[in-house]
Amino acid sequence: MAKTPAKGPPRARTKPPAWPAKPKAAKREKITPELIAAHGLTNEEYQRILALIGRAPSITELGIFSAMWNEHCSYKSSKIHLRMLPTKAPWVIQGPGENAGVIDIGDGLAVVFKMESHNHPSYIEPYQGAATGVGGILRDVFTMGARPIACLNALSFGAPAHPQTRHLLAGVVAGIGGYGNSFGVPTVGGLVRFHTRYDGNCLVNAMAVGLAPRDKIFYAAASGVGMPIVYLGSKTGRDGIHGATMASAEFGEDTEEKRPTVQVGDPFAEKLLLEACLEIMGKDCVIAIQDMGAAGLTCSAVEMGAKGGLGVTLDLDAVPCRESGMSAYEMMLSESQERMLMVLKPEKEREAEAVFKKWGLDFAVVGKTTPSKRFVVRHGGKVVADLPIKELGDEAPVYDRPHVDTSKKPVLTIADVAPPVATADALLRLIGSPDLCSRRWVWEQYDHVILGNTVQRPGGDAAVVRINDGPKALALTTDVTPRYCEADPFEGGKQAVAEAWRNLTAVGARPLALTDNLNFGNPERADIMGQLVGAIHGIAEACEALDFPVVSGNVSLYNETNGRAILPTPTIGGVGLIDDFSKSTTLAFKRKNEAILLIGETAGWLGQSLYLREICEREDGAPPPVDLAAERSNGDFVRALIAEGIASAVHDVSDGGLLPAIAEMAMASGIGAELNRPPLAAHAFWFGEDQGRYLLTVEAGVAETVLARARAAGVPARQIGLTGGDALTLEGERPILVAKLRERFEGWLPAYVAGAAP
Amino acid sequence: MIKSAVVVFPGINRERDMARALRLVSGRAPAMVWHADTALPAGTDLVVIPGGFSYGDYLRCGAIAARAPIMEAVRTHAGRGGLLLGVCNGFQILCEAGLLPGVLMRNTALKFVCRDVYLRIERSDTPFTRGYNAGQVIRVPVAHGEGNYIADDATIARLEGEGRVLFRYAAPDGELQPSWNVNGSTNAIAGVLNERGNVLGLMPHPENHVEAALGPTDGRGLFAGLVDHFKQAA
Repeated sequence: MAKTPAKGPPRARTKPPAWPAKPKAAKREKITPELIAAHGLTNEEYQRILALIGRAPSITELGIFSAMWNEHCSYKSSKIHLRMLPTKAPWVIQGPGENAGVIDIGDGLAVVFKMESHNHPSYIEPYQGAATGVGGILRDVFTMGARPIACLNALSFGAPAHPQTRHLLAGVVAGIGGYGNSFGVPTVGGLVRFHTRYDGNCLVNAMAVGLAPRDKIFYAAASGVGMPIVYLGSKTGRDGIHGATMASAEFGEDTEEKRPTVQVGDPFAEKLLLEACLEIMGKDCVIAIQDMGAAGLTCSAVEMGAKGGLGVTLDLDAVPCRESGMSAYEMMLSESQERMLMVLKPEKEREAEAVFKKWGLDFAVVGKTTPSKRFVVRHGGKVVADLPIKELGDEAPVYDRPHVDTSKKPVLTIADVAPPVATADALLRLIGSPDLCSRRWVWEQYDHVILGNTVQRPGGDAAVVRINDGPKALALTTDVTPRYCEADPFEGGKQAVAEAWRNLTAVGARPLALTDNLNFGNPERADIMGQLVGAIHGIAEACEALDFPVVSGNVSLYNETNGRAILPTPTIGGVGLIDDFSKSTTLAFKRKNEAILLIGETAGWLGQSLYLREICEREDGAPPPVDLAAERSNGDFVRALIAEGIASAVHDVSDGGLLPAIAEMAMASGIGAELNRPPLAAHAFWFGEDQGRYLLTVEAGVAETVLARARAAGVPARQIGLTGGDALTLEGERPILVAKLRERFEGWLPAYVAGAAP
Repeated sequence: MIKSAVVVFPGINRERDMARALRLVSGRAPAMVWHADTALPAGTDLVVIPGGFSYGDYLRCGAIAARAPIMEAVRTHAGRGGLLLGVCNGFQILCEAGLLPGVLMRNTALKFVCRDVYLRIERSDTPFTRGYNAGQVIRVPVAHGEGNYIADDATIARLEGEGRVLFRYAAPDGELQPSWNVNGSTNAIAGVLNERGNVLGLMPHPENHVEAALGPTDGRGLFAGLVDHFKQAA
């Protein structure tokens, strides 16, 4: 037993211990290979830095390079391939390269939108990771002068049976709702999928859409020499340091330790920031404005100067901090949320200040523009960074990484797939499966009604949001089918765009432009790089053929854990315009005794179908090919019918194929359908995932006219049944009660989150 | 024509929805009043505190807003018998301000919920519900995480005894069933009146169901009833 030392009673502490440890003094820290690697830089990249600045960098400069040159900020692995994406159209005001994309929708209005990924932070801390993903994308939109009017998202989680999945699902959904609902924007659409390949890497892609006057769009490029650079918003803390660098690397065993790299969000602060920014923009106080997102102050200050052909000098002593003793390094890399950087018109500064005070926001002049084209950072009277501002971005490495195409899978014929169960049983199982079941549990946690403009709520092919008092409305969707991309990245990329285009068309909209989130594994692996290149090629081809350009987007790489990559997931966020929202269509059957028409060709493509996976327990075959010309002509035909008020219900056919789509139309209405005998093998006809198809209902009396019109237009069309009754009746099968379908459809997700075995 | 005022605190986010409903149904856009103001526009008939997350729901929902400068003028208005309507966060603010009894706690399911609910109108002889029939069931959306109405037994007994519960969460046929009580509120209470009968708080959002082009219009009755009330009084 240890002897108790003979001392007096212990002295009470007079102050708590300091934590974290005081930062190192600002003398030059030795740059070791370990330090370089810890910053996510390769040795070659470090040599590039030395060559660029002609000396060793300071620790702050090393941090700046690590932030500007990581994958997330520099797009070094994807840049050369992204160049092949079509980005122009007569209605595109601003393509990729700014905070968000901008399109002209007429009447003096522009729509500003973008989708961003927040995958890595969400895996580490699902609530805050997802919340700050929403916060970040909202800022990207309102920093351009647009009031956000809708949000969407695309979420991918691991297999339901994986121990992390429930926790991630619950946290991410709560985080998205927690931020969006409080900020005050309706979250009107999205997708959720489950697959074992996301076990170690969930995906959270958040999209925001805003409305702005087309002649009052604000950009990041600073102008004018000697202009004060103003910091607005929340104080800077130690959260999120190296967030962008963390997002540019795989996860390993040490994932838990990365928790401090996740940013923490405050939607109330963001709401104040939104109102203050829109108010000063309305008062014409702003020359340039940029939100602080990935790589915080560093990225925004550099871009502001570089885009304007100016230098920037920052004085970190002026930066509002919420922790004492923050080093220059920490301040430059902090990803504290809800902050903006701006250049104001000098004669309007007082007016702007009054607005900031009104909304209770912190602001400070933290620097100025200079003619020197240098990025200079001062702290405590010393210069801690002095770098060439344009080259910081321009000289970032650009890689042409080796890539290997995914080998083509064999096409499965109908004969290759024997139906193991009856059609009715297959349908009931599919409609209650994780990928097809109702997501109501998710979207009822999102306020999808706020702002009073939601014409079509979640659950349909696309969300429809009225613009001001109408009659115009926007149609919005997010979509992608990763299993197709895994089997054939090129066809999968094409299909993602085609399906987004179809979703918008199905509600009566003219698709205008899209934003993309390219989520892939480690690009240093040739097979993964091949997936990225293939998908980009496919996306490009579809965008071209459909006049549906890419105006913004994001690339998220290194979505792998211990060498196992996610399914290639190029998420597409589409925006379309409806001239008269009262004419937009929903998928619910409207009344009985209407003819159900199928537009588009059906050969019965079972390869990579959900039927094949869920019912036959196989994940093979080539994915369904996309015939872009047919997509175009079929879609244009459907859109015309909608505009003329002939189609009472419309639904595009996708995951699961025809019968699940019909089931969805029945469940949404309570009206069943009597279905004709299929023209080919039942399982292939009902569950094949042939592309370019729509279901629509018309008055029985006009069915023939519509079919004739389709024939004349070269659009394949046939009547497959009649609405009515309380069940789906198929020849030779037992009737499937709509109520029974609904039970399965609505039942899976709530039971799963409550703990039922998946 | 009714003169209404919508009070806006930092973090309130449904003021546009409310302003539009008032404009469409009453024919006149409301005045938008800032939390830091100390007076309401002269001749204000109806003051509305709309929904949102005022002050980020910091401390407690509505706790900080209840103490904002404008609230003195709001109290005076209510004290004179002026009509006061609090919706969602507005209801929470009125409870925090002591203008209504009880408190709104976290939904029993512990999640934010946005969905259409059915409300049974308990009385039609108040300015707020004269646009409906007693017993009528209306469909309006809710969007909240803290709508679970709680008060001590004596307060609940008083509210019930004095007929001050104006709306209850019900099944579509008007029956009270636990599965249709969206947030677990005591006695399925969705909205309550003050003693004097001039202050109403309710959690659901009638202002989001006033346009036929967008869906149900069951929310119109609340605003139309108020317009009638002031027409009659004029």
